[in-house]
Formats: sequence, structure tokens, C-alpha cells
Amino acid sequence: MSATAILNTDGTDGSAQLRLSGDWRADCAGRDAVVAAFERPAFRHAVLNGAEITDWDSRLIAFLVRLLSLCKKNNVEYTLADFPDGVPSLLDLAFAVPEHADARPPRRPRDFLVWLGETALQCRSSVGKAWDFSRRTYAAALRFAAHRAVVRKQDVLAEIQAAGAGAFPIVSLICFLIGLILAFVGSIQLKMFGAEIYVSSLVAISVTRVMGAIMTGVIMAGRTGASYAATLGSMRVNEEVDALETMGVSPFDFLVFPRVLALSLMMPLLTIYADFMGIMGGGFVGVFMLGLSPDDYFRMTLSALTMRNIVIGIVHGAVYGVIIALCGCYQGITCGRNASAVGSATTAAVVSSIVWMTVATAVLTVIFSVCGA
Amino acid sequence: MTKPFLEIKGLTVAYGENVIMHDVDFTVNERDVFIIMGGSGCGKSTLLTVLTGLKAPEKGTETFAGKPFWGNGATKADRDALMRKAGILYQSGALWSSMTLAENVAMPLEQYTDFTPAEIKDLVALKLDLVGLGGFQNYYPAEISGGMKKRAGLARALALDPQIVFFDEPSAGLDPISSKNLDDLILQIRENLRTTIVMVTHELPSIFAIGTNSIYLDARTKTVIARGNPNELLKNPPNETLEHFLTRGKK
Ligand SMILES: Nc1ncnc2c1ncn2[C@@H]1O[C@H](COP(=O)(O)OP(=O)(O)O)[C@@H](O)[C@H]1O
Ligand SMILES: [Mg+2]
Repeated sequence: MSATAILNTDGTDGSAQLRLSGDWRADCAGRDAVVAAFERPAFRHAVLNGAEITDWDSRLIAFLVRLLSLCKKNNVEYTLADFPDGVPSLLDLAFAVPEHADARPPRRPRDFLVWLGETALQCRSSVGKAWDFSRRTYAAALRFAAHRAVVRKQDVLAEIQAAGAGAFPIVSLICFLIGLILAFVGSIQLKMFGAEIYVSSLVAISVTRVMGAIMTGVIMAGRTGASYAATLGSMRVNEEVDALETMGVSPFDFLVFPRVLALSLMMPLLTIYADFMGIMGGGFVGVFMLGLSPDDYFRMTLSALTMRNIVIGIVHGAVYGVIIALCGCYQGITCGRNASAVGSATTAAVVSSIVWMTVATAVLTVIFSVCGA
Repeated sequence: MTKPFLEIKGLTVAYGENVIMHDVDFTVNERDVFIIMGGSGCGKSTLLTVLTGLKAPEKGTETFAGKPFWGNGATKADRDALMRKAGILYQSGALWSSMTLAENVAMPLEQYTDFTPAEIKDLVALKLDLVGLGGFQNYYPAEISGGMKKRAGLARALALDPQIVFFDEPSAGLDPISSKNLDDLILQIRENLRTTIVMVTHELPSIFAIGTNSIYLDARTKTVIARGNPNELLKNPPNETLEHFLTRGKK
């Protein structure tokens, strides 16, 4: 028989009888109506009778806890009669510890103004934190230069390897593709003037001056910056960073600076490599699709390459390297102490690296054009 | 009266070539508080991952509530269905950090039942009340203490009215009083919710206070070297290793 709850409030003495019966492991049809009646009770005394319950599990207990809490709240007296073994003791257990006094309401989506205010305050505090972070990283760099930093040499080398040689495959793939696309799209225009051979100059100049560095930067933000944030963030969660600090080892010496050093050393080299791969990509289109001779193509490329553009590209790369490493480590070090915080830190690391790279590109462009380069 | 709930026969467990335990046999009866004892690193947690279906044994069978769980043609789907009758409390509570306690406990109910939201809310309140965390519904795991996390983990393990609950070192990291309270809570839950308990622990007071049956896994011989009620084992230890363990080497 399925679960039933029949409430009888006909009594003239202000009492109500609730008879529960059947198999309480299944749905009870009258449940909500009974709860509603107990929320605004028209009675001063309730007798709950469970003599006809055949089977039960915690659904019955949860229902009874709800009713009895309502009784307590509305000052209704209650009596439990003939419930199966175990039910009264479970109810006792449920009511044994009083409700936590500081129970909170569920979180609501925030008001726009509250959101605005909190965001503004957060911005201010994160500017402070970022300033503190940069200062301490700089101090670590000075200590490193003075050989007073606690660093493990093999850690630095491992970071250099991971940020350098480890990134070769993906940098090759993407930069080759960029050269290919630039050449292909450029050739469509240049063909109209019969000037396909200038595809080589187009690729050489654009890749070396800025495209190689930007593409490498975006790749490294996703690949290495994210991994710095995730690694340092998990170390924060596991209290590994605290362990370092309490041993008197600055995490900036031990964790942050090696990474910043590795990435800022490797990014310029990766940029040179990216330039080379981009030119190869362009050459692929030139030779196999436009039918230019490899000789002509590379002669034109060489004449378009200038030391100035290559150096500008390398400077961009070095600046991006510092930015990515700082953003990644900053997000990792300031990460919260749970799993989802590591996720947010990783996302923030990639997004903020790319934003700051854009800002840096604008600044560098202005500087170089003022200098007439 | 004593019906077997879990039957393990000839279990051999390995990580690759590295055999962790071999030829392990034991039976957990209904309403037992079954203790898996053993020194650190002898494979207790590993055994628990096998019993709960996360890791396949190399050899041997497990029967769960009369149905095949490992071996005898049991499939992943069978195991998943059977595990719905089980609750697990992990060493650290393993609460999902991005959810409130109420959401943690409600998650299995939302997944596996078609209860109405109102009823789920009542059930969540009940389970939290049972472990003494009434009113903490909207707290996040990071905002409560270690002992409370374990109790909240227990509330989640109890969400679906399990017939059996597995515990991995429930009292690790708790002070003696909290650990005693957790023991009492486990006993009350077994009594009132009619559950079977399988517990990995090396907390001697807990073992003697609540254990009704036990096995001792030996790291050297990689198999079970003693079994029975812990208090009786203390009176007549079958070998020196166990005597050493149960008396903390004092004899
Ligand atoms: N994922 C794993 N891969 C390989 N070996 C493992 C793995 N997990 C545990 N072990 C080994 O299995 C043995 C038992 O570990 P564990 O079950 O955690 O022991 P206990 O919980 O009894 O302390 C240990 O020797 C450990 O080195
Ligand atoms: Mg363990």
C-alpha cells in the first residue's frame, strides 16, 4: 500500500489527528497539504499516529522532522503514538543538537550597486596586491643576483627546459600556420598586380616585427602561464607554500623568480624560432602554391629582413615573457584555498596575460615610433 | 540472524607488477561494524577502492548483498547500481568545495531520486541534523572545521539511505573527544538506520569501542593474518604482530 497521511482536525477540543499508513519509502500524495496545515495550525495539539506504517526510510523521518519543527515554532503540542521501532530514536538524534544559531540564508544574486561597489573595492585591493607582488619579485631578483636567494639550480633548469624546448612542437605548428596564412591571404591581393614575389617581404616583415612574438606570447600564456598558476595554486591549497614560508624560504625566491627568469630567457629565443617557422610557412605557400623558385623567395626574404625589425620582435618577446610569468605566478600565489579557486586562478592568469600583452604592445609601439624605429 | 552482506573470496590486488595483497577472504555480516586494521602502507585504502568498485582486483570475487560485484560476470553497470546502496566517507571528507553543505548532500538525491525540491530540502535538513550540523546548510566546506567536514561527508554518505557505509580512517586528524563523538555517531547511525559499517582505522580506542568483527592485513606477508572480534583478539592474540599492534608494542 502506498504512503498516506490523513489529517483530521474535526475535534472540538482544538486537537488534530494525523494518521500515517502504508509504505513510506514511496511518494505520499497528501504530503504538501499536511505540511501546509501545520504551517498555519488551526489546532493547539497534534497526535501523530504511525501504527499502520508498513515500511519506512528517511523520507518518513524528514517529513516528521519538518512537522515537529513546525509544531515547535507555532507552539503546538504534539504526541507521537505507535511509531515503528527506530523512528523515535532517529527523531531524538535529529533534535539532539540544537540548530546552529548563525544559520545563513541562501546566497542571492547580488544587487547591481552592491556588485559595483564590491568590484571597485576588489580592484583597489588587487592593485595593492599586484604592487606588493611585483615588489617582492623584484627583491627576489636582487637577492638572486647577489647569490643570496634560496633556489635549487635543478628547478631553474627544469623550468627553462619546460618553458623552452618543451614548447617547440606547438610553437612550430602555430607559427608555420601563421606564415602560411599571411602568405596565402597576401598573395590574393598581390596577384592582382602580378607582384606575388613580394609575398616573401610581407611575411618576413610582419612575422619578425610583431606577429612571431605575439603568437608565441599567446601560446605561452595558454601553455606555460596557465601551468604556473595551476602549480602554485595547488601548492597553496596543499599548504606547500605555507611550509616554505615557515621554513624562512621566500616563495618568491624559490617558486616565482625561477619561473620569471626561465620564461623571460626563453621567450626571446622562442620568438627567433617562431620568426624562422613563420618564414618557412610563407615559403611553403610561395614555392608550392605560387610557383616561385625557392632561390628567389629566400633572396627576397633576406633583403626584406632588417636587424631593426628582428630586434624589435625580440624585445616584444622578452616583455611578453616577463608579463606571462608574472601574471601566472601572481594568480598562483594569491590563489584561494580550494579546488575551484585553482580553476579561477588559471583562467585569470591566461586572460590577464593576454590583456597586459595587448597593453604592452601598444606602449612598445608608441616608444619605437617615437624613437623612429 | 547474521546474514552475509559482503563476501570477499581469494582477492588479489596489485598496482602493475607490485602485488599489494593476495588471497584475502572475509565476510561482512549485516549490521556488523567491520574493522580493517593494519599498519600504514599495508593496503587498507587500496582494499577500500576495490570494495567500492574504483579499482579492479587481479583475482578473486566480491559479492555485495547477494549479487556479484567483482567476478562472476559482474559488469560496471552492476557495480554502479549496487554502489547506490552504499555510502563512502573519505579520509578528508572529500566535500565538493564549490558547493554549500546543503548542495553537497542534495547532489546524490537530485541525481538518483525524483523527489520534489521541498522533500529534498527536508531530507538534507534531516541528514545534517543527524550528524549535528543542523543550520549549517549554506556554509561552504572551507568555512567549517575538519571534524565538521567529516560529519558533513557522513551526511552526504547517508543521503540515499545506504545499506552499507565505508569509512576510510574517519578519526584521522580528530582530537580524542571529536573522535569519540564520531564513534558514537557511527554506532547510532548503525543502530537507527540499520546499516552495515566497514571501517579502515588504526585508532585503537575506536577499534575496541565499536568493532564487532575485524581483519588484520599484514604488510610483510601481504595477506590477512588475523580475524575476529577485536576485544577477543586482544585477549587471545593469534600472533605477535597483532599483539604488538593491539597493545601498541607495550607487551
Ligand atoms: N596509485 C598507486 N600506484 C602504485 N602504488 C600505489 C598506489 N597507491 C598506493 N600504492 C601502494 O600501495 C601500498 C598500499 O597503499 P595504501 O592502500 O594507501 O595503504 P594504507 O591505506 O594501508 O596506508 C603502498 O605500498 C603504496 O605505495
Ligand atoms: Mg590509507
